[in-house]
Amino acid sequence: MPPVIQASGVRKTYGATVAVEEVSFDVRDGEIFGLIGPNGAGKTTTMECIEGLRTPDRGTISVLGLDPVRDVYKLQDRIGVQLQQAQLQKRIKVWEAVDLWASLYQKKTVDAERLLEQLGLTEKRNAWFMNLSGGQKQRLFIALALINDPEVVFLDELTTGLDPQARRAIWELVRGIRERGKTVFLTTHLMEEAERLCDRVAIIEHGRIIDIDTPLSLVKRHCPERTVVLATNDPSAAERFRAIPGVQEVVCNHAEFTIRGRGDDLVTEVIHSLSENHIRVTDFRTVLPNLEDVFLKLTGRSIRD
Amino acid sequence: MMLRGLFKLTWIEIKIFLREPLGAIGTIVIPVIVFLVLGRAIGGKLPQPALAANTFIRVGLPVLASLLIAVSSVLSLVTIISIYREGGILKRLRATPLRPQTILTAHVIVKLLLTAATLTLLVLAGKRYYPVGVHVPFVSFTIALLITTWSILSIGFVIASIVPTARFAQPIGAIILYPMFALSGLFVPIASLPPALQALARVLPLTYAVRLLQGIWDGDAWSAHLGDVAALALVFAVCTALSTKVFRWE
Ligand SMILES: Nc1ncnc2c1ncn2[C@@H]1O[C@H](COP(=O)(O)OP(=O)(O)OP(=O)(O)O)[C@@H](O)[C@H]1O
Ligand SMILES: [Mg+2]
Repeated sequence: MPPVIQASGVRKTYGATVAVEEVSFDVRDGEIFGLIGPNGAGKTTTMECIEGLRTPDRGTISVLGLDPVRDVYKLQDRIGVQLQQAQLQKRIKVWEAVDLWASLYQKKTVDAERLLEQLGLTEKRNAWFMNLSGGQKQRLFIALALINDPEVVFLDELTTGLDPQARRAIWELVRGIRERGKTVFLTTHLMEEAERLCDRVAIIEHGRIIDIDTPLSLVKRHCPERTVVLATNDPSAAERFRAIPGVQEVVCNHAEFTIRGRGDDLVTEVIHSLSENHIRVTDFRTVLPNLEDVFLKLTGRSIRD
Repeated sequence: MMLRGLFKLTWIEIKIFLREPLGAIGTIVIPVIVFLVLGRAIGGKLPQPALAANTFIRVGLPVLASLLIAVSSVLSLVTIISIYREGGILKRLRATPLRPQTILTAHVIVKLLLTAATLTLLVLAGKRYYPVGVHVPFVSFTIALLITTWSILSIGFVIASIVPTARFAQPIGAIILYPMFALSGLFVPIASLPPALQALARVLPLTYAVRLLQGIWDGDAWSAHLGDVAALALVFAVCTALSTKVFRWE
């Protein structure tokens, strides 16, 4: 099966600002693909080029075998879009918005009332857009993105500004979209979101893609370090830990030790040393590197800076 | 299919307009009240024979009122378009198979309906309270006003393209549109203006609108005003072409 989205050598500038320098990637059928990167990295611009809302200066894009610029209406009939910054008419009612959207598509649309129910909006169907909470607005935008039963769904920063609980609920919804066999393309600058939700992620910075893979492989590839944090009063502990093979660094802060090293065996080796030397510990945990660390490593800065 | 979308969008925009605080009252009822108060204040003081001679009361005032309706429709369109652009509503609608022209057409239809409804109310109220006296070709006049509105709406789209933010939409639109009234021939006959202003009046669309509306109100045949209609159509064509070039969706 050919990729659902193919982008190669895409470049887009706004006047003197280079928003997307050069971006290439494929999105496979049925996966949740995430584009992650800091503010201004070019995520929205890339996505809008793929959706046919912007014309790239250079490069080729194909979505479902269509050219987003030439076949924009044909494409928009088959995709669902949620924009990063969008509003609706202040006084449009929830059901009116869904009903209006349903009338805009040539292909068969899904049952509006069922969709509202799935998104927990049935109670709000007569509410004006301006009176919805942030999470309800986001759910309405997801409903509008799903009304035409699209083959590919585009979600741009859909959980930004939501509280953790609403965020988790939206993640569940997105997993549900994938389960119905659809492809999801999303952007986020939340590493946790990417890690939990995406099958594969592309890390973008300054309009360039630095690496693409599953979150796990990215972590394995770029951050092979393991860290063990434990608490002990044993005076000989530091010396013993430094003798463990693979350990690169031991930091002691009061009674808390941070042991860093490489290799999958590090944790086993630490446990082995503890039992062999009869070291009594009052606390023990491992810290696994995550996408956040990968990002730091690849770009030399935290995504939040 | 697009007709279905156009119909739905138009209908929803009408409903949304009526939900605005002061939406219907501000744009429909207030012009009617102003017209009635003015008409009674001036008209009531004049004896009947003098009234017939006073063309401003007989023709000018109804035409002025109608034009004010048209211009306020246009200003409200300019404001709505810039609010929709600023809020990303236009962009969100454009991310559907909806054609951009369809979105704008829906707004034009809403404004034309609004103009027609206000005019109807005005005439109904005027019949009772305001001594119009002569028989007025209401249907022709409505059509003439809709042509006028259509033409000024196209100027509205150009204005909507250039206003930087929604906050400036109403004032900038007003600054462009209202001064045209002074030279339109409504208050001072164009022939009595200095030559430079006469030349300026001749390129302003409102001049042709006034001549068309006054003529039709007075019972002229359409054939006498083909030139005015052509001028308004030209304004529409030029402004539409211009706004497709400069219109910004976001
Ligand atoms: N319409 C525009 N006009 C001019 N410059 C723009 C426009 N949109 C984006 N930019 C610029 O292009 C660059 C990339 O912006 P883009 O919105 O694609 O980033 P992003 O990764 O989506 O950021 P965020 O995480 O803040 O949403 C930024 O420097 C931005 O200032
Ligand atoms: Mg963005």
